Amino acid sequence: MALIIADHIVKDYQTEDVVVHALCDVDFEIEPASFVSFVGPSGSGKTTILNLIGCLDKPSAGNLRIADTDVIGLERKESAAFRGKHLGFIFQDFNLIPVLTVYENIEYPLIMVQNIQPQERKESVSRMLAAVDMADQAHKYPHQISGGQKQRVAVARALVTNPALVLADEPTANLDSQTAYAVIGLMKKMRDDLGTTFIFSTHDTKIVGEAEVIFRLEDGRLTGKEMKGGAKP
Amino acid sequence: MTNLFKIAIRNLIRYKRRTLLTASLITIGVVFVLVFVSITGSFKAMMIGQITDSMLGHVQIHRKGYVASIDNLPLNLNMRPKAYSKIAAFLQAAPEVEAFSPRLKFGGMFSNFVETTNIRLNGIYPDREFHTVPLLTSRISEGKKTLNRGEIMIPILLAKGLKVKLGDVVVVVATNADGSVNGNQFIVSGILESATGPGGRDGYIHIEDAAEVLRMPEAEVSEVAVRLKDFSHLPAAVRQLEGNVSGEVNKEGKPIFEVHSWEQLSPFFNIARMIDVMTFFIKIMLIAIVLISIMNVMMMAVYERIREIGTIAAIGTLPGRIRSMFIIEGLCLGVVGAVIGDILGSVVILIVNLLGIRFDFAQQKGMLLTAKLQPADLLTVSVIVIIVAVAASLQPAIKASKMEPIEALRHV
Repeated sequence: MALIIADHIVKDYQTEDVVVHALCDVDFEIEPASFVSFVGPSGSGKTTILNLIGCLDKPSAGNLRIADTDVIGLERKESAAFRGKHLGFIFQDFNLIPVLTVYENIEYPLIMVQNIQPQERKESVSRMLAAVDMADQAHKYPHQISGGQKQRVAVARALVTNPALVLADEPTANLDSQTAYAVIGLMKKMRDDLGTTFIFSTHDTKIVGEAEVIFRLEDGRLTGKEMKGGAKP
Repeated sequence: MTNLFKIAIRNLIRYKRRTLLTASLITIGVVFVLVFVSITGSFKAMMIGQITDSMLGHVQIHRKGYVASIDNLPLNLNMRPKAYSKIAAFLQAAPEVEAFSPRLKFGGMFSNFVETTNIRLNGIYPDREFHTVPLLTSRISEGKKTLNRGEIMIPILLAKGLKVKLGDVVVVVATNADGSVNGNQFIVSGILESATGPGGRDGYIHIEDAAEVLRMPEAEVSEVAVRLKDFSHLPAAVRQLEGNVSGEVNKEGKPIFEVHSWEQLSPFFNIARMIDVMTFFIKIMLIAIVLISIMNVMMMAVYERIREIGTIAAIGTLPGRIRSMFIIEGLCLGVVGAVIGDILGSVVILIVNLLGIRFDFAQQKGMLLTAKLQPADLLTVSVIVIIVAVAASLQPAIKASKMEPIEALRHV
């Protein structure tokens, strides 16, 4: 069964005088453990789709089911709880909490979102630190590490709660190409190891090639879907 | 909860200068309030102590109507010996009473055989009076700390004015209740420092001598001064004594006696009330300082951390927890300001005491200011600061918790 089912999704934004159609009648399904990218030019609706899948926003019309849950019907607190349980986020600007160390940033969702016991927390964080190769930087603060390292920490933070789905909006936009490939490679490896579905948006044509399923967006419409080797249809 | 405190403290340290400024403002406010409260409180307590322990007593009992005419010292409103014995029985049985002293008060003429002036005199049983108003002996600037029959203690202003010295023989002349005049000779045995308030410039003789001057076969009593075991229980004790004497009624069924606390007898009570009002307004100022400074700093904190709020909300932090983060930040700021303020306030008060500041109040000269910080004041001020700090953080914290993550993440 598909992890995400989007059915005739419409998203309009009302400005003062005009209605902006950000998404028009978008349908798609995403299977578990996929490595998916939404690509398109600026303003095509990539971020809007990721915000809807991330339960940060709600569509104006249509149906959206994630992990067998109708996320459109969730209240504000229920949305937060759903995100904490099923979703992980990686941001373009890393968005690490500056007053917490690398270790504490990764630990944060386990304490503040999932209330995991200390011993189990320690094991999970240590495992993720090792997986993203940041164990030796664990006690540094975000301002003491490089952009690539920050994004690795962000990947670890997104995965530490063992979510079904990780959303990454332009995760490589602030990284040099070598680091960008390394981060995408890390995400793919984590997908292979943990079976987590990764969905990322990008406008970088070279990075797009790393995705196994590519949804092309233009002016709020899905204009194409590409499947690469091994991807489920 | 520990993690919420950890994050709050680190966020406060993150903006060192702002935190330092806000905490300093709160600290200065707390220090100011503590010093003010302790100095005014000590001044008030000292003055009340002086007034009650050197002349008034904590409570006085009179025959009904006496206090209304007290300026005239009306002899016709004295208690007869039989009435006084009833009061004495009540007071001896009252557990809250430590001591009591009957006084026979009258006005008369005082002469050194060369000059004559008027005088107000208290006829007392010396031992009982000294027990009831123990600071009276400290007002005896010259002479012995006792009073025997045939002796008189006179106020210093009178002694200076009439050039009367210890051991001099003087005459006291008074008109009794029937209108006839009588006089007796006395030896000056003590000179009294003046005190502020009613009775502060009175002289003292033995009550038996007073009865003799007034030609009373048995000493009548103008007032009974009462000393309580615990001054802090004054209102309850007054109620209790009022209850005890209220059963004594005249033929018309009206009460014979009335009970007054020092507050009803001394004008200093109004000054004490003004001090309380000033203290109240100083505390209001402290609340305003804490409220404005913490609300300002927390609003800034929320505004500057909108993207962070968006991030933690996006990854699933519940609104209540986001709210708690900011409230705890305000709480920590309040606690730091209160604790440092308490410590610095205590140090300033210690320095004030070490400096040994002296002041004059009305007739009393060179009184040593002893600022005393009560644990209750320390606790009250600290609790006010902490509660206000939390209250000031509420609005910014609620604002943070209500932010939509998608909008917060877009914030630049």
